[in-house]
Amino acid sequence: MSAHGTAYVPKSGLAKWFESRLPLVGLVHSSFVSFPVPRNLNYFWTFGAILIMMLGVQIATGIWLAMHYDPSANAAFNSVEHIMRDVNYGWLLRYMHANGASMFFVAVYIHIFRGLYYGSYKAPREVLYILGVIIYLLMMATAFLGYTLPWGQMSYWGATVITNILAAIPIVGDTIQSLLWGGYSVGSPTLNRFFSLHYLLPFMIVGVVVLHVWALHVTGQNNPTGIPIKSGKDVVAFTPYATIKDVFAAAVFMIFFAYWIFYQPNYLGHADNYVPANPGVTPKHIVPEWYFLPFYAILRAVPDKLGGVILMFGAVLILAFAPWLDTSRVRSSNYRPIYRQFFWLFVIVCIILGWLGAKPPEGGYVIASQICTAYYFAHFLLVMPLVGLFETPNRLPGSILESVTGPGKQVDSGSGMPVGAAAAPPSKG
Amino acid sequence: MKTTRVLAASLMALGLSLTAAKAADGHSPNPPRENWSFAGVFGKFDKAQLQRGFQVYREVCANCHSMTLVRFRNLAEPGGPGFTAAQVKALAAEYKVSELNDNGEQVERPARPADAWPSPFPNEKAAAAANGGKAPPDFSVLAKARTYERGFPLFVVDAMPFVGYSEQGVDYIHALLNGYEDPPAGTEVPAGANYNKYYDGHLIAMAKPLSDGQVTYAKGENGEPVVPETVDQYSRDVSAFMAWAAEPHLEARKALGFRVILFLIVLSGLLYYVKKKVWADVGGEVHGLQPELHKAG
Repeated sequence: MSAHGTAYVPKSGLAKWFESRLPLVGLVHSSFVSFPVPRNLNYFWTFGAILIMMLGVQIATGIWLAMHYDPSANAAFNSVEHIMRDVNYGWLLRYMHANGASMFFVAVYIHIFRGLYYGSYKAPREVLYILGVIIYLLMMATAFLGYTLPWGQMSYWGATVITNILAAIPIVGDTIQSLLWGGYSVGSPTLNRFFSLHYLLPFMIVGVVVLHVWALHVTGQNNPTGIPIKSGKDVVAFTPYATIKDVFAAAVFMIFFAYWIFYQPNYLGHADNYVPANPGVTPKHIVPEWYFLPFYAILRAVPDKLGGVILMFGAVLILAFAPWLDTSRVRSSNYRPIYRQFFWLFVIVCIILGWLGAKPPEGGYVIASQICTAYYFAHFLLVMPLVGLFETPNRLPGSILESVTGPGKQVDSGSGMPVGAAAAPPSKG
Repeated sequence: MKTTRVLAASLMALGLSLTAAKAADGHSPNPPRENWSFAGVFGKFDKAQLQRGFQVYREVCANCHSMTLVRFRNLAEPGGPGFTAAQVKALAAEYKVSELNDNGEQVERPARPADAWPSPFPNEKAAAAANGGKAPPDFSVLAKARTYERGFPLFVVDAMPFVGYSEQGVDYIHALLNGYEDPPAGTEVPAGANYNKYYDGHLIAMAKPLSDGQVTYAKGENGEPVVPETVDQYSRDVSAFMAWAAEPHLEARKALGFRVILFLIVLSGLLYYVKKKVWADVGGEVHGLQPELHKAG
């Protein structure tokens, strides 16, 4: 990582001794104190910090829950109720963890759509963006595994449906399914495995988050104009400017989070999951958690099982190709009058898919799912490449500073940069 | 507050007209929404109601329905029916539980407050065998395990503060207990089944469990009953009791939530002004940064 802003200078003898052996404090300083942040970031940019907070909340509450949880088919349901009833503030830990998962997804969806709207996936941030898609995939796996742990009816049947989906994968499908099951159906061995993996994956997420933040601090942050940083006048120091803004936004997000924990703790779950798992009784509708519903709708839109599985995973994986599917050289949709409308249409289609995912797979719902699924993929495969080729973008501001202070106040945008740097591909901004 | 109520009412009317079509095509009707003391942001259980509900459970429901996750001591804990520790001890002593003694023999002893509520049947199979093949559901979390769909747009309104709604399960149980009626003409009710307006599919194995005057409530000081001894009142009381059994820390949750949210609102307000103050000095020049130091590469 290069030198950002004011470098860290160790003062005490001990700090100098340590810094010359492992420049850890300097690394943190350059990443979170003097790191230059575009001055025009809006509040959509605070969700990165909010996501880190949520990851911390989930890991902290999860570790405490694991101290009281018993991952065996006979005891799991009652051990969760033991947490709810007998553990001091166990109800708080468990409702924080269960609703925290939903809040984590609320924040990640805002974060992802922000990246899609402002073109944050485009060069030079492709790797940063793909690391984000990997985090999202790991989050989905973790959330699914976690939802099976209370061992209610929806846990059990959700696990059954998803593991059956994996069996559709050619050649290795059956092996994967047997490995996950640890037997001939979902049962106690499955629950043990899922608990183990549910505890493992969050720490893998932490690892990829470190890479994600590292990549961010190499390329620098995108901003609402999408144009690169051109001078020191375009940026502010991470601390105190971005820090206080992130802390404020995180506090507001906590209000939203607290409302669910304390006043609607079961709204985002399913009543059926308070019925203990029963392999002999299938629930009327097996529905995943809300954050999976769009993908569930895509899965069920296809009459063929393998086809549905391919499309469902494809719907997530296609995100990773956005940097190369989008042909426009303009990053921010603020300056893309046509693409901007397609973007919002895409958001609406995703919400409709979510609604369809909660409906039974019959009649008009299936047809609507098929239309929306087709549009979902068309957005990436047709809209992104074609609109970029034919659209005339609006005029971009001369600099980030100009976008903040208005075009009347022109600044010397080359100041502080080496002569060649302005023409070179933007490695920052 | 008043406008939100009006807004909620008009949205509800819209929702009802939208869901009317659903009710018409043979599904069970939605349970009526009742007023519960424990609903809403400041909701608290009505202790007298929980005590009456417990009485109904104990005298009627407990003959078939277990409640394994509730312990005697819970009945004396804060936020519950408010029995005294001595009352609970005496109550527990009326029941027998079996345990292994030091010689490895199964012996019976009087229950203690720490014991779980004794089940009416020794195991699930026995419960099923005595009840036409299916064990009566356990009461511990039943009020959270039942719900009904409110449909769009009501499900959005239900999530909101002040107009929110999270007592679907309790309303369903109350409605179910009042939903026994004669089957409409042409409906065959097989032996062992009973017709219930609110039960999914209408044919429920449980016979009408409550009738007027069945449970004798404690009289008030003037010797008159405090509440009517009717099916509606019994079902209301036992539903509230089940809501408590399913969520014994509801009062603590709502009280803590109010303080947490109040704190967070004040904190956010203060942070907002700190943020404003910090950003106020961001002019054309930026503090704490030397432009030449943050060059590419």
